Amino acid sequence: MSARHDAGQGSSGLTRRAVLQGVAAVGGLVLCLHESGRIAHAGVAPPKYGVDAEPGGAVENPLIFVAIHPDDSVTITVARPEMGQGIRTSLALVVADELDAEWERVRVVQAPGDQARYGNQDTDGSRSMRHFFQPMRRVGAAARMMLESAAAAHWGVPVSEVQAERQRVSRRGGEPSLTYGELAEAAIRESVPAPDRVKLKHPGQFRYIGKLSTRAIDGADIVSGRARYGIDTRLDGMLYAVVARPAVLGGKLVHYDARAALAVPGVVRVVEIASHPQPPRSYPLGGVAVLAHNTWAAIKGREALTIQWHDGPNAKFDSQQFQAVLEQAVRHPATVVRDDGDALTALRGAGTRLEAEYYLPFLAHASMEPPAATARIVDGHCEVWAPVQDPQGVRDLITGLLGMKESDVTVNVTLLGGAFGRKSLGDFAGEAAVLSKAMGGTPVKVMWTREDDIRHDYYQAVAMERLEARLGADGLPVAWLHRSASPTEDATFVAGAEGEDDGEYGMGMINVPFQIPNIRLEIPKVPAYTRIGWFRSVYNIAHGFAIQSFIDELAHAAGRDPRDYLLALLGPSRRVDPRTLSDQWNYGESPMRYPLDTGRWRAVIERATREAGWGRTLPKGRGLGLAATYSFMSYAAAVVEAEVDSAGRITVPRVDIAFDCGPQVNPDRVRAQLEGACIMGLTLAKYGSITFKGGRVQQSNFDDYALLRLPEAPREIHVHVLESSFDVPLGGVGEPGLPPIAPALANAIFAATGRRIRRLPLGEKLA
Amino acid sequence: MPLTLRINGRFVAVEAHADTPLLWVLRDELGLTGAKFGCGMGLCGACVVHVDGQPVRACVTPVSAVQSRPITTVENISADRVGRAVQDAWLAVGVPQCGYCQAGQIMSAVALLRQTPQPSDDQIDDAMTGNICRCGTYPRIRAAIHRAAQHLRETP
Repeated sequence: MSARHDAGQGSSGLTRRAVLQGVAAVGGLVLCLHESGRIAHAGVAPPKYGVDAEPGGAVENPLIFVAIHPDDSVTITVARPEMGQGIRTSLALVVADELDAEWERVRVVQAPGDQARYGNQDTDGSRSMRHFFQPMRRVGAAARMMLESAAAAHWGVPVSEVQAERQRVSRRGGEPSLTYGELAEAAIRESVPAPDRVKLKHPGQFRYIGKLSTRAIDGADIVSGRARYGIDTRLDGMLYAVVARPAVLGGKLVHYDARAALAVPGVVRVVEIASHPQPPRSYPLGGVAVLAHNTWAAIKGREALTIQWHDGPNAKFDSQQFQAVLEQAVRHPATVVRDDGDALTALRGAGTRLEAEYYLPFLAHASMEPPAATARIVDGHCEVWAPVQDPQGVRDLITGLLGMKESDVTVNVTLLGGAFGRKSLGDFAGEAAVLSKAMGGTPVKVMWTREDDIRHDYYQAVAMERLEARLGADGLPVAWLHRSASPTEDATFVAGAEGEDDGEYGMGMINVPFQIPNIRLEIPKVPAYTRIGWFRSVYNIAHGFAIQSFIDELAHAAGRDPRDYLLALLGPSRRVDPRTLSDQWNYGESPMRYPLDTGRWRAVIERATREAGWGRTLPKGRGLGLAATYSFMSYAAAVVEAEVDSAGRITVPRVDIAFDCGPQVNPDRVRAQLEGACIMGLTLAKYGSITFKGGRVQQSNFDDYALLRLPEAPREIHVHVLESSFDVPLGGVGEPGLPPIAPALANAIFAATGRRIRRLPLGEKLA
Repeated sequence: MPLTLRINGRFVAVEAHADTPLLWVLRDELGLTGAKFGCGMGLCGACVVHVDGQPVRACVTPVSAVQSRPITTVENISADRVGRAVQDAWLAVGVPQCGYCQAGQIMSAVALLRQTPQPSDDQIDDAMTGNICRCGTYPRIRAAIHRAAQHLRETP
């Protein structure tokens, strides 16, 4: 029993709360977790869901988010960091639509980390639009109503006599109109309408929401090199820092000799960064920093350091040996988290019985922008510029590290050059702040090299998934046993935490709605020896790969078409309360508002297979594979066409993805996220593997941690997004496209070759 | 050592060690931050600039090797007709997601289109294989290069 679902938290809520409170007041962590659990247990407060359960909730005051200038330009503040998902454009267009602003006049300002002012800013869990679509609509609409009130007052007419449209408010009856710029000053003095009084547009009146042609806010800056990412910050007198960190998690500095480093031209100083007791949390890892007048000198200076480390207990970690530990773990009974019927007995009956184990290694995020951050301290105020997904969390981290008041720490959010979950934790920003303090407040930019990034990530957890099933007379399973052994991300925040927590097995393992009478799901306790983090779609990757591969195996064993078999397992269209599947978490969303809808799941399968020409005859060496997953309140089905040549080389000429995320706010960005998920899914299937020996990560750069390159990208990726009414609650977009890709590829390879892939990565070619 | 560089049509004097990669001189000394750091080993293409009109990886090019040779960075690529066509196509197709690698992608695409005005998919694959995009914008990069090529063909 963890506190996570009691607190009604979203993805990673437990640990996120730990970041917020554990850092500011070390020692308060356990207490606060107990408190959140206890409150829910005692029934003192009704359960909160969605954004209401997130720290800071939603803020709907238009004066915080909207500024209208005398020249009629409009500034919209976006509080959620931009990492490629398009949120700076998408949230702004929601406000602009209800405000009835002209998009060409809209500028976007990025909010610094301040959840008390802006509401929740922790950008993960595919939540931004799910949680802020309605609040930001109300922000825009409230601002429009204030402009209308100001105009009505100006003319001395009831507000019902005026109407705002395209940045002008006009009187009914054709009188001259006033521009927003002319009305802005008076409008600010109007009272802000209460949220329940705010009049929203009918979806038929939307000008930007749901339309394809909205200009991307940052597009022109990006293609001209003007866009500013974390590594682009430049301050007068700034020093550049590169840090030597312990290669083994928990390692300690014993001794270092900086003489040679200090002799490198351009090197200014060498500074020790303190390490912190385990668990690692989001603290800097400690080590030795070389500060120089430019990045290159800092890099050369670090190379010249002589350092002696004490590796500590994690030095024994070997990921090859750990595979065997995971195998043993899934072959023995473990903690039962769902138990429908009597699967253990039902598995022993007559008929076809299958078992399979699937292995997925650790993954590094490898965003193209490595971690980087800049900090300075002036008159007791620390200001940071950093590409971070959770700016308030970083603010709290630095507040604690520097022993300052929160009000003395400002975290400015740059563009994120990719993140995928890595930049949810701001250890690198903590380094910059600590180094600036050590240098008497001098501005310091910490630059991570690619090697630093690959070796000091918060990794996607390794996973071993074991599935067993026995088929009944009709070929469908009568019993299903699934054990998932994977280190928990909680271990990053709570020493000794072992095995997936309810939010982690809640990602696509526990909430299978299959028509199987006997289902038993178990979670073995396995430890973490490295920093485990959140990687796009998180535990859905391993669960989705195992379950969707296994269903394909069952279908073939039963002699059935995999699509028909998957649809039969899902059963008739119905809305399933996740609690009836023992899923208390439901991504932090209300089980009533967000039931699991097998009809929508079926629909994406039917659409993807129809578009892909499922069942068509293919040349020898080619095959189609299907997988379909439900995650982050959205439904995704992928059909991958794979070709395997006589040398075993794998190519993917075509992918069809069908997707249902409910209504789409920015349809082009929805498609972009799915295309990107397809590439990332193929990348992890083909290449994704971080390994450890002696506690050290063995990979270091793109030569040994390969990412898919353009020639390997499918020539055809067809995205089919199902239309949906705005009455349907929004689903997530950034993550749910990823889980079906790898299993669809594995199933396609089976169709093409008869070879079953149960261990990732595949490599360049089949061995 | 004192060096003279020809960047974006201007001569600039900088002080740098001969082995310093061009990338860090551009970014740290000259404030041209359009070229990005991705790997430091010439593996990912985030740092691509043009030297003598050819794409080079600034992270592994010693600054002393490019003295007095014309260097173009993404900041000045719109001065060129092909550059403008590529930027326009990138926006029209909606290529960028996070956008971090796109300066390098654009510099590689411009170099390709100058040499091969109407590239096939295979030629695009060959020319762009050195540029990694973690967001996965590859399908749109292909489409945008074709679109820029078409625009350049139709508006001589």
